[in-house]
Amino acid sequence: MPALKIEHVIKRHGALETVSDVSLSVEAGERVALLGHNGAGKTTIIKMVLGLMPITAGAIQVLGHQPGSAAARKQTGYLPESVAFHGSLTGREQLHHFARLKSTSLKEADNLLERVGLADAADRRIRTYSKGMRQRIGLAQVVLGQPKLAILDEPTSGLDPVSRHEFYDIVEELAHNGSAVMLSSHALTELELRTDRIAILSKGQLVANDSLQKLRDLASLPIKFKVTASNDTIESVNQQLGGERVNCQSLELMCTPAEKIGVLSAITALGPVVKDVDVTPASLEELYRYFSRVEEKSS
Amino acid sequence: MTSIFSIARLELLIARRNLWVATAILLMAMFNVVLTVAGNAPTGELGASPMTIAITSITTLSVYLVPLIGLLLSFDAISGEAERGTLTLELSYPLSRAEILLGKFIAHMVVLGVAIAIGLALTTAIIVSRHGTGAVEWGPLAALYFTSLALGATFLGLGYTISSLVRQTGAASGVAIALWLIAVVLYDLGLLGALVTDAGGTFSKTIFPYALVANPADAFRLLNMPDQSVNMLASGLGAASSVTGFFGQLTSLLLWPIAALLFALLAFRKVEP
Repeated sequence: MPALKIEHVIKRHGALETVSDVSLSVEAGERVALLGHNGAGKTTIIKMVLGLMPITAGAIQVLGHQPGSAAARKQTGYLPESVAFHGSLTGREQLHHFARLKSTSLKEADNLLERVGLADAADRRIRTYSKGMRQRIGLAQVVLGQPKLAILDEPTSGLDPVSRHEFYDIVEELAHNGSAVMLSSHALTELELRTDRIAILSKGQLVANDSLQKLRDLASLPIKFKVTASNDTIESVNQQLGGERVNCQSLELMCTPAEKIGVLSAITALGPVVKDVDVTPASLEELYRYFSRVEEKSS
Repeated sequence: MTSIFSIARLELLIARRNLWVATAILLMAMFNVVLTVAGNAPTGELGASPMTIAITSITTLSVYLVPLIGLLLSFDAISGEAERGTLTLELSYPLSRAEILLGKFIAHMVVLGVAIAIGLALTTAIIVSRHGTGAVEWGPLAALYFTSLALGATFLGLGYTISSLVRQTGAASGVAIALWLIAVVLYDLGLLGALVTDAGGTFSKTIFPYALVANPADAFRLLNMPDQSVNMLASGLGAASSVTGFFGQLTSLLLWPIAALLFALLAFRKVEP
């Protein structure tokens, strides 16, 4: 049984359909990223999964329970988009409160404060916290009680690169301990290495749902080579390989994934003339744009 | 149960650091002291005991102040959380909306209870220091305390209702002030106006007494004005108290808090974060 099962879910607000026939499931220990523009339906799906918004049609099961039921909520951790807390409470007071609501020990809350690097600031008012620190409190309350399903809405917006890295370490640990993780994000590059599967939403429809590698194959977007030679050899390299000169030392060329090995051997055949080669597969940004556009064309 | 108390505990922490709450408690204490001291000066001339005079003055004050404090505590209870963005997270936790509301209510009742108790304790202390322990009448004092709590509870519930229905805190505060003005000032003026135009007709005899106790603020006022003569002095509307009587007033004060909390729950259930 998947931890989260979304089946043919539709959400309408009057005549406006914000989520159209979305099916998606997340298994225990799996990290799934939900990508989409603003207004693509990410937050709507998350709110339906949490039982905060009624579903127009279709069904959602959270660990086999109705979304929003006591049994489902007990095993779910949630980090809302731009999480906020009451400014006059201290971080420790706030997290202790969450620990009581989740019926876990206060000791675990204290340990988590240390884990997210807030041990020193724990007894200061949240009003004095930076955005990153508030986000850490938010993450700590998700991890509290080791939920079977963790839902993170734009979790890394406003975090600096180091904090983001630490953030994903904690998410990884959560998944490693058997939690299913579903997160939505705009920061695409960081997701490439940090998630198992990527689901792309566009205008309320699920346009892609697979691992990054599979999505790349599916889209078969060109692979970019950057070949660096020297000032006097670049001209001949250009004639042999084709492509486009970017400066007086290097050139760029594109090929399909199927041609990749052929191009590589052509480059290596040039021998010591080639000083360096960079091979860049299609980035998540490009994939994301590709799948969003495909949907727009067909609709 | 743990969830309710955890919410209540958190709300108390917040209230303790809230300048509004501190001001309200201070205001309440100060007014009580001033009224007790001032009301004690002409003792004997009215033939009323010092306690009666103090309670009458404090009742008149509380009719305005207790609903105001109740609304101040509650008007942003839901809308404030919705605006801050804490409501979505709170609602994703394994606890019902009734539990959230009840937790907040318990905390706010504790705040009200402490504020009113401090005021009345000061009043009692002043009377004891001036007239000795014999002058203290515990019955009316306890009645004033508990009816004040009932009055406060009513306006807490109405405040939560407003807070759930009006989603912006700014607008909620406006509606709360309007409600306060209507309940404690305009309602009485309206009744008085109707009474004058009716000039002893059917309205004055049948509808008016019920319309009067239907307002919890008026029920509270009538219940705590022990002496009919003092009552007449304090409020021209006192004459109606004999018709619906003690029972009517008590029923109004007991039913209102329950009704107000039910309204609040119904309104809160409809809130979609």
